[in-house]
Amino acid sequence: MSTASIVYDIIGRFTMHSLPFYDMVQNPTKENLINGSIAGFAACVAVGGLVIVVAGITYLKKWRWLWSEWLTSTDHKKIGIMYVVIAFVMMGRAIIEAILMRAQQAWGLDGGFLSPNHFGQLFSTHGTIMIFFMAMPFLIGVINYVMPLQIGARDVSFPVLNSISLMLTAAGAILIMASLVFGQFSTGGWFGYPPYTEAHFLPGVGPDYWIWALSLSGLGSTLTGINFAVTIFKERAPGMKLFYMPLFTWAALCTSIMMIFAMPPLTVATAQLALDRYLGFHYFTNELGGDMMHFVNLFWIFGHPEVYILIIPAFGIYSEVFSTYSGKALFGYASMVLAIMCIAILSFTVWVHHFFTMGQGPSINAVYGIASMLIGIPTGVKIYDWMWTMFRGRVRITAPMIYAIGFIVLFVLGGMSGIVLANPSVDFQVHNTDFLVAHFHNVIIPGVLFGLIAGYHFWFPKVFGYRLDERWGIFAACCWTLGFMLAFFPLYALGIMGLPRRTVAYAQPAYVPLEMAAFGGALLIGVALLSLLIQLVVSYLHRDENRVPVGDPWDGRSLEWACAAPPPEYNFPVIPMVSDRDAFTAAKAFGTAYLPPAEYVDITLPKNAAMGPVIGALGFAIAFGLVWHIWWLVCLATLGAFATMIVRGFARDTTKTIPAAEVEAEYEQWLEVVRAATPVTRADETRPVNQGLADQTALGAAS
Amino acid sequence: MSQEVFHYPGLNLGKAHPRTHAIAQTTIFGFWVFLMSDAILFGLVFSSYVTSVHATAGAPGPKQLFDITSVFAETLLLLASSFTFGMASLSMKYSHSKRRLVGWLVLTLVLGAGFLGLETHDFLTMVAKGGAPEHSGFLSAFWDLVPLHGLHVTGGSIWLICLLGQIKRYGLDTRTKLDIMRLALFWHFLDIVWIAIFTVVYLAGLA
Repeated sequence: MSTASIVYDIIGRFTMHSLPFYDMVQNPTKENLINGSIAGFAACVAVGGLVIVVAGITYLKKWRWLWSEWLTSTDHKKIGIMYVVIAFVMMGRAIIEAILMRAQQAWGLDGGFLSPNHFGQLFSTHGTIMIFFMAMPFLIGVINYVMPLQIGARDVSFPVLNSISLMLTAAGAILIMASLVFGQFSTGGWFGYPPYTEAHFLPGVGPDYWIWALSLSGLGSTLTGINFAVTIFKERAPGMKLFYMPLFTWAALCTSIMMIFAMPPLTVATAQLALDRYLGFHYFTNELGGDMMHFVNLFWIFGHPEVYILIIPAFGIYSEVFSTYSGKALFGYASMVLAIMCIAILSFTVWVHHFFTMGQGPSINAVYGIASMLIGIPTGVKIYDWMWTMFRGRVRITAPMIYAIGFIVLFVLGGMSGIVLANPSVDFQVHNTDFLVAHFHNVIIPGVLFGLIAGYHFWFPKVFGYRLDERWGIFAACCWTLGFMLAFFPLYALGIMGLPRRTVAYAQPAYVPLEMAAFGGALLIGVALLSLLIQLVVSYLHRDENRVPVGDPWDGRSLEWACAAPPPEYNFPVIPMVSDRDAFTAAKAFGTAYLPPAEYVDITLPKNAAMGPVIGALGFAIAFGLVWHIWWLVCLATLGAFATMIVRGFARDTTKTIPAAEVEAEYEQWLEVVRAATPVTRADETRPVNQGLADQTALGAAS
Repeated sequence: MSQEVFHYPGLNLGKAHPRTHAIAQTTIFGFWVFLMSDAILFGLVFSSYVTSVHATAGAPGPKQLFDITSVFAETLLLLASSFTFGMASLSMKYSHSKRRLVGWLVLTLVLGAGFLGLETHDFLTMVAKGGAPEHSGFLSAFWDLVPLHGLHVTGGSIWLICLLGQIKRYGLDTRTKLDIMRLALFWHFLDIVWIAIFTVVYLAGLA
C-alpha cells in the first residue's frame, strides 16, 4: 500500500491546493495574488471568528451554560432565537459577498479584479446562503418564537424534533462556512444546474458542498414544516377556531404546508445529482439517456413554492405590524386568509416560468405564463387590505412601519416587473439578464427581508424584555430602503440594455455609470446592516431604561403580548380561553387581561435533549466526509447517527414538572410589576416611560 | 356498542388505552403528515422513472432484466407481512397477551427480511445481466426508485427490531404503543408503494 493511498484513506481528496492561499504562494501572478488575498482573508475571518467565539466562551467559563441553557434546549423560544442568530451571521457574510460582486462589476469594464472562478463562487454562495441560510432560518426562527405564543400553546408539538431541525440547519450553515477555508464552493449558481455541476465538468468539491449543505437544510425544513403544521392544528388554546387565529399564524400554517410539499422535490433533485456524481448514475448527464430537464423541473417544483415559503411569513408579519401600529383590527381578515391560501396553491402551478426558453413550446408556456400572472390577483387583494387597515387608523410611523410602507411601494414595483416577466414573449427578450436579477431582488428584499427585519423590531421587546433603539432603527430602515433602490433599480436598465446576469466583465462603456450607482447602493446596504448592529449594541447598553417587563409595549392584539417580556419557559401559567379574533385586545377591552387564574396547576414540559446537537454534529460529519471522500468518517458518523436514534428510542424519562406553587409565585410577582406600572398612551410608546402596559382609556381599543 | 371517537384515519386504540389514545391524537396525526411528505418523495421518483423508461441507451431494458416470478414472490411476502402487522395492531388494541403481539411482530420481521433477501437476490441477478445503474438513464431511474423502497423497508425492519427491544425492556407502555402504531402506518404505506412499483415498474415494464 503506497503512502499516497494511505493519506487518501485518511484525509480523502484534501491537498495543499485546497487551502485558499496556496495557489497565490505557489504562483504569485497579479490575479492569483488578488483572489488569493480576498479568499485567504475571508478564510481568516471565518477561522478568526470561530477562535474568538471559542476563546470567549472558554474565558467566561460558559460552556456548560451554553450546552444546558441553549444547545440542548427544547424550548421553542430559545430555538427560535438560535435560528435568528444563524440568519444574522449568514446575512453578514452574504452581504459582504454582494458588495464584492457589485464592486467587481463596477470595475468590470476592463476585466475587474476577481477571477471568473472566484466570481462564480461568490454568486453561488450568495444565493445559496441568502435563501437557505438567511431567509429560511430567519423566518423559521420568528415563527418558532411567535406562533406557539399566538395560539396560546406551551411549545410546539414535537420539541425534540424542533431542536433536531435547528441543528441540521446549523450543520448546513457550518458546512458552507467550512467551504471558505477548505476547498472551493460550487460555481454553478444557487440552483446548481447539471450537466455543468456533474463530475465531468466540475470534478472538485464545490458542487458537493452545495448538495450536502442543501440536503441538511432541506431535511431540517421538511421536519420543521411537519412540526409547525401539527402544532397549529393540534395545540391551539381552547376556543381558538381557525378563523380566530392571528394572521401571522395563518401565514405560518400556509408556509408549513408548503414546506411539507415543496421540500421533497429538492431532496430528490439533490440526491439524484449526488448519485450521478458519486456512483456514476445518468439522471442529468449528457450521455446514456440522462436528461438535465428532469433536474430543472424538479428544482423549480421546489424552487417556485420556495419563494412563497419565504414571502408568506413576511406577509403575516406585515399584517401584524399594520394593524398594531394603526391601532385597528386588520381590514379584510377573511380575504387575507383566502389570498394567502390562493397564493400557496397557485405557487405550485407556475414553476415552468423559470425556464420559458428551454423548449416546452408556446402552448405550455402560455398556460404557465397565465398562471403566473394570476398570482398578482390575491397579492393585490392583500396590498389593498393593508392600505385599508391604515386608512382612518392612528398610524404611528415607527421603524417597523417604515419597512412596511416601503414594502408596499417597492413590492408593488417588483410584482409588476414579475407580471412583465410572466409574459413568455417578453421573457425571451430579457431572460438571463440583470432585469431578472433586479426583479427577484425587488420582491425578495422589500418583501421578505424588510418583513423579517420589521418582525425583529416588533417582537424584540417581547423576546429580550427591552425595546430596540428607535433612532438607529429608523436610520437603518431608511438606509435599507434607499440602498435597495440605488442598488437594484439600475439593474432593470442594465438588463434592458442587454447585460447578462452573472457577468464577471463586459465590453460596453455605457454600463459603467449604472454599475457605479448600483455599487453605491450596495455600500448603503452595508451601512444599513452596520446600523442594525450598532442599534443592537446601543440598545443593549441602554437596556435598563428601555425595559418593558409587562410585555405589551405596542398595545398588541394577539396572545403573545399577554405574557411577560421575556415570557416564562412555560409561556402561560394557565392556558388562556379564546372567544374572539384579536384575543388580547378583547381581553384588555373587557378588563380580563392581567387577572390571576382561578387555580394553578403543575406544568409538564419536555426535558433538555442532547439528541439535537448530537444529530447535528453527526450530520455535519457525514456531509463533510462525503464532500472530501473521507469514507471512514462517513461510516462512523452514520453508525453514530443510527446509534443515537436507537438509544433515544429507549429513553423514557423525558419530561419535567414545574410545580403549581412555583408557577403561582412567578405569576404573582409579574402581576405586582403590572400593578406598579404606569399605562402609557401611544404617543409615549418609544420613550423610556413605556414599561409595556398600554393605556386603554385614550381610545376605544377594541375598534 | 357506544360511540368511539376517532382522532385520525386508521386504527385508533380507543377507550381501553385512554392515555395513549389522547397523546396519539397529536403523534399519529404528525406521522400521517410525515407520510404525506414521504409520498411526495416517492411520487417524484416515480415520475423520474416513468419519464426515463425509454432512455435505455442500448443497455438492457425491463424485458431482459426483470424476473416476474421472483418479484411476485416478493409481493406475496410483503403483503403477508402487512397482514401480520395488522394482526399485531389488533392484538395490541384488544389487549391480547404480550406474547401474541410479539409473535405477530416477529413474524412480520421474518416476512420483511424474506422480502429484502429476495429483492437483494434480484438486484444481484440484474447486475450480473448488465443492469447496473451506470449503464443508462432508465437503469439510473430504476435503481433510485426500487432500492429507495427497499431502504425504507430496511429502516422499518431496524425500527421493528428496536421496538422489540423496547417491549422487552419496558413492556407495553405508552411510548411503545405509539411506536407500534406509527410503524404500522409506515409498514402499510410501504406496502402501498410496493403495489405501485409492482404495477408501474414490473407489470408495465413486462407488458
